[in-house]
Amino acid sequence: MNDQTLTIYQQMLNKGYDRRDFLRFCGWMGALIGVEASGVGRIVHALETKPRTPVVWFHFQECTCCSESFIRSSHPIVGDIVLDKISLDYTETLQAAAGKQAEEALHETMKKYKGEYLMLVEGSVPTEENGVYCCIAGRSALDIVKEAAADAKAIVAWGSCASNGCIQAANPNPTGATPIHKIISGKPIINVPGCPPIGEVMAGTIVHLLAFDRIPQLDGLGRPKAFYSRRVHDTCYRRPNYDAGLFVESFDDENAKRGYCLYKVGCRGPVTYNSCGVIRWNNGVSYPIQSGHGCIGCSEANFWDNGPFYQHLASFPGFGIETTADKIGVAVGAATLAGMAAHSITTNIRKRREIKESIANSKTDKEGGA
Amino acid sequence: MSNRIVVDPITRIEGHLRIEVEVQNGKVVDAYSSGTMVRGFELILKGRDPRDAWAFTERACGVCTTVHALASVRTVEDALNITVPPNAELVRNLMFCAQYLQDHVVHFYHLHALDWVDVVSALSADPKKTSALAQSISNWPKSSPGYFSDLQKRLTTFVQSGQLGIFANGYWGHKAFKLPAEVNLIGVAHYLEALEWQKEIVKVHTIFGGKNPHPNYLVGGAACAINTDEANAINAERLAMVAQLFKDAKTFVEQVYIPDLLAVAGFYKDWGAIGGGLTNYMAYGDLPTNGYADVSKFKFPRGVILNRDLSTVHEVDGKDVGQVQEYIKHSWYAYADGDEAGKHPWDGETKFNYTGPKPPYEFLNVDQKYSWLKTPRWKGNAMEVGPLARLLVAYASGNKEVQDIVNGTLKALDVPVAALFSTLGRTAARGLETQLIANWSMEFYDQLVANIKNGDSRMFNGKKWEPETWPKEAKGVGMTEAPRGALAHWIVIKDKKIDNYQLVVPSTWNASPRDPEGKMSAYEASLIGTPIADPEKPLEILRTVHSFDPCIACAVHLYDEKGTYVHQIQTF
Repeated sequence: MNDQTLTIYQQMLNKGYDRRDFLRFCGWMGALIGVEASGVGRIVHALETKPRTPVVWFHFQECTCCSESFIRSSHPIVGDIVLDKISLDYTETLQAAAGKQAEEALHETMKKYKGEYLMLVEGSVPTEENGVYCCIAGRSALDIVKEAAADAKAIVAWGSCASNGCIQAANPNPTGATPIHKIISGKPIINVPGCPPIGEVMAGTIVHLLAFDRIPQLDGLGRPKAFYSRRVHDTCYRRPNYDAGLFVESFDDENAKRGYCLYKVGCRGPVTYNSCGVIRWNNGVSYPIQSGHGCIGCSEANFWDNGPFYQHLASFPGFGIETTADKIGVAVGAATLAGMAAHSITTNIRKRREIKESIANSKTDKEGGA
Repeated sequence: MSNRIVVDPITRIEGHLRIEVEVQNGKVVDAYSSGTMVRGFELILKGRDPRDAWAFTERACGVCTTVHALASVRTVEDALNITVPPNAELVRNLMFCAQYLQDHVVHFYHLHALDWVDVVSALSADPKKTSALAQSISNWPKSSPGYFSDLQKRLTTFVQSGQLGIFANGYWGHKAFKLPAEVNLIGVAHYLEALEWQKEIVKVHTIFGGKNPHPNYLVGGAACAINTDEANAINAERLAMVAQLFKDAKTFVEQVYIPDLLAVAGFYKDWGAIGGGLTNYMAYGDLPTNGYADVSKFKFPRGVILNRDLSTVHEVDGKDVGQVQEYIKHSWYAYADGDEAGKHPWDGETKFNYTGPKPPYEFLNVDQKYSWLKTPRWKGNAMEVGPLARLLVAYASGNKEVQDIVNGTLKALDVPVAALFSTLGRTAARGLETQLIANWSMEFYDQLVANIKNGDSRMFNGKKWEPETWPKEAKGVGMTEAPRGALAHWIVIKDKKIDNYQLVVPSTWNASPRDPEGKMSAYEASLIGTPIADPEKPLEILRTVHSFDPCIACAVHLYDEKGTYVHQIQTF
């Protein structure tokens, strides 16, 4: 690592913040990640001593909603992340350089920080027809992702595109769109699904990596447990209406105006693991259900093919509020980033089966009721 | 001797765009624009529930999020003959305004500014002079010498760290940069301030649509119910937040964006004669004030201008199959009746037909097919779409508000009307319409509050919600103006399912390859004649291409009315 680089603490001092500001900053980062007060000291230490981590951010088959969501983060704000916390050396969305100069910046980082850079991927990779469906600088995304992954310290797969294929992988998946973990093996991969993920969840994932120098605890699908271990349904503030049998029967009816449960007009909260009900969106302003529309399940694999969205789920398993993805999945323990060895992601077969069953039941219900 | 320059990737855009140009005697003499990524949206939509289409199409683009959702719900509502309640129309207008305010500000500062602002030069600015300059052009409070001095220290530390991050390898020191160091420092300050501010205005989407990016829409209206006596609905607190967000946005636009735009433009007046390109402009119009059906009452009018003749505005009809047509002569697709044909979106057909070089490649075969974008034409004419087209169509339609703001700006910059038809004109038009929208958003807000006060809380028309109420077959068109220009979706519904769905989007109009007659589209045409001081650092290409605000992911798509999917990879 370049020994000229300044620690985040030094940079905050240079910006005119004092140590009290710095400690407060560490405190809310701890709160964001969910560490106990006793753990804040480790964040303080990490940010006082660490230089900025080199980061390269790739865009493949995507719509850039993940980048947009990332810049919506309210804590930390993205200006501070890119100036003070990481060195974002390649990002097609924001970087000043283009064309040859952009590619040079990428390759310089990959060479200079071999084995040390963090690789962020937004978008799926088309694998059909030698990858001609996504080319950058005359090279296929497939080539690029393999090359960059080889010397990356860890990989973050942003959004549903990179972590489960998202819309372009929906039936009939014309381009062979494939998520990163199905292409790359032998590297730690953190899946941060959602279309897009919540901005603060993205920033929180980065903060976790920097502050603790390790990948966060992941569930069986490679998702940080801090953000994906609870169903939207179990953390929904409208849940008491569900339990009491109070439902919106159609949009804008009297029950909708009272904020009853949206289950009957189509809500995938019961089969969706995400923190929308806890962190909410855009600095906690609202989330889909609070604004009157059911959850479409955008962080779940294959959610586009589990529709239609306005068809309610007939039944779903694991009713209890105590259920977490972890209980019905296999947790992957935390491991330090440095010297990270091969790391496999265990598929949460059981949960997938349960979701599939609930969809099947839903379809049966529809056909029966029509 | 001409010299081929390739810029790939074009950065600071949405999507994957490649530009190849021929340079001769320091000027661009030929240009080729290529979209290098494809996903296959329309094929994926086939057979789905039309009420779900907004969610699928919204994912065409996360930068201009919401606009595809809006086009989609209108398309389905048009096909099924649904009229949405006035409150839903107003909510859609407010979400539209919030999108423009965020998107245009982000474009100016984060996608376009580094073409004009030299970040490294800002290090040598005098903070006191910077402060005096900032205070002479705006009342924006963050303008003290200490503020600029602190920022400069932060920037210096950053540069000294040796890790330049997003600024690494920029064209710093390029002789095409002309701003004084002090203006550069103001630019950097507002780059960071705009980055922090943009996350606020989108909260309008979060309130009405639950999240941003990709808020929720609803065929027949909007999902957020109004109830002034309920915590779980749109009530006085939610409305007050919307009002505050728009008020702050208006302040930011008036005190930061517009003064910066004028200050920067003043040093680059020569770009008022570069990058004009096409002479035809098209806008579908938007922001209804009397319902979507009454086009005459749109804030942005609909129409076409040909040959820069502002005395005539031609009518645009999305349902006339002779008007909007797409060609594939130079696109990696095949039509059953040959490469010369043009297809109206309702009659579309597509097969992938990649004939380009096998990656890795150095150059595209630009005399053959060279892009995943199709080439749309209006009555055979290439059209520029976007902020400039919108303002020109409004200007030519006699809109006094638009005429006043355009004339006032030309006067302030002391440039002729012809300067509008340029790279600078395009960038200025984007700022001017942002100012208009900041004003209009308050009108829509006041109208929404007035409706609620008068007892109208309707937000959804559910008469045609159930598929049982639909005809066996229906066709529709939904039009809007994305921040980047005219956007329309076409749908064919059969047996309650999507039989055919197409999107013809702004960047397809602007960034497409040549048509069968060899006519260029807007990017290519506007690059011709662009001066290139240093072929190794083609900053000038970025200026003109960025003035269109490229958004390529949504520009690339395919559809096939029969739903068949064929690979025709020929040249391997």
